[in-house]
Amino acid sequence: MHRQLVVNGGYVATQTRAKRAGRKPARIVILVGTRKGAWLLHGDAARRRWRLDGPHFLGQIVHHLVLDPRDRITLLASTSTGHLGPTLFRSLDLGHTWVEARHPPAFPKAPDGQPGRAVNHTFWLAPGHAGETGTWYAGTSPHGLFRSEDGGDRWEPCAGLNDNPQYREWMGGPQDGTPDGPKLHSVLIDSRDARHLYIGMSSGGVHESVDGGRNWAPLIEGLEVVQGLDASEVRFHDPHCVRLCPTRPDRLYQQNHCGIYRLDRPARRWTRIGRNMPPEVGDIGFPMVVHPRDPETAWVFPMDGSTVWPRVAIGGRPAAYVTRDGGETWERQDRGMPDSQAWWTVKRQAMCADAGDPVGLYVGTTSGEIWASRDEGAAWSCIARHLPEIYAIEAA
Amino acid sequence: MKVRIPRPRQSYTRSPEVNARGATLAELLRDLDRQFPGLRFRMIDEQERLRPHMRIFVNGEQVRALDRALRPSDRVQIIQALSGG
Repeated sequence: MHRQLVVNGGYVATQTRAKRAGRKPARIVILVGTRKGAWLLHGDAARRRWRLDGPHFLGQIVHHLVLDPRDRITLLASTSTGHLGPTLFRSLDLGHTWVEARHPPAFPKAPDGQPGRAVNHTFWLAPGHAGETGTWYAGTSPHGLFRSEDGGDRWEPCAGLNDNPQYREWMGGPQDGTPDGPKLHSVLIDSRDARHLYIGMSSGGVHESVDGGRNWAPLIEGLEVVQGLDASEVRFHDPHCVRLCPTRPDRLYQQNHCGIYRLDRPARRWTRIGRNMPPEVGDIGFPMVVHPRDPETAWVFPMDGSTVWPRVAIGGRPAAYVTRDGGETWERQDRGMPDSQAWWTVKRQAMCADAGDPVGLYVGTTSGEIWASRDEGAAWSCIARHLPEIYAIEAA
Repeated sequence: MKVRIPRPRQSYTRSPEVNARGATLAELLRDLDRQFPGLRFRMIDEQERLRPHMRIFVNGEQVRALDRALRPSDRVQIIQALSGG
């Protein structure tokens, strides 16, 4: 008997009550966005041999590169440069050719005399619901949510969020965000209901819509903020990465500026599961990765958040941490990684999982290396190096 | 009129110099966008502002106002600053 159809990690997986055979993807490609272009890292079914294809868009910042899991054909790349406006490119042949989006995400023209916003770059790309072929969402910097219904060629602003006066106040201005701008990220779609959405906003919190984005409400109960600030103020909240469990859409995990959290709907209060991390490690970091099938399993990559926030591997000893019980306990995973003087920084979009069995994990560093594990983090090896600063990686 | 295009934008025009029309700078940029779709948005944002690090010169004089009037004999040069890592 078939259970929920899950479109995940680049291929369709159906789960049955009968035993589930271990599976390896027939083909896997790691999509790598960097400060100086994009690369595609093609792997064999065993995930042992890798071939690097690129660069694409040499010299351009590629913020996010995502393959539509619904058709495994449409590939979207969000790009910008230091001096030119942002845009999106689409490929229907895994990067052999690219076509620029005719109408990339852009805010509406403001009435005369009023200041208007301009998209600096599209930070986060998310394919829409499995039942809405061709739909995509984009989160931008400064904060903005956009939707496409034609595979990423034309984009419309989600006015219910972007133009809501309360949200405009919460979003703040450029001075309120990260050094390279405030970002709307973690656009999540409930697999059971295309109208049920979540987003995260750096300096702005986590928010939910149940009507396709027309109306939104904060989901910040239980989240902590920087000491001295009022946690009841939405604008003080800084989620780094929020993920929704594919096989249990009522469970969310979050890596926040102030810890690691879990939320089980319909509850509204987050639980700081990061308090169960070893105290000498803490629960500061950027990425959050969830298991494609097991909602009890998730991974983080802790960063040093002490003093001036170095944002590097703690003590120069990088490691992933895994929980297999919803955050009650955590296990260090660093076999194969350097054990000293490895000052890695991993951005929030630079860690991902494939849908294989066992799950493969991938970490991209700002020093241009990609590390992979074929066994859910038990052992790691470097599969690519000498790339530019890695902004985002996705397994497809 | 002749318009000089900065190298980073020649992926659109395939040439360092193109011809375009317009009674104002704004009209000229729209004509460029008509010929080379997408080019304008890389230089002018959705609020009709020149993007940072873009400069436009008309007959050697830097211009910021998009309503600047143009004559068919004018030479327009688009400059893009290159800096940073």
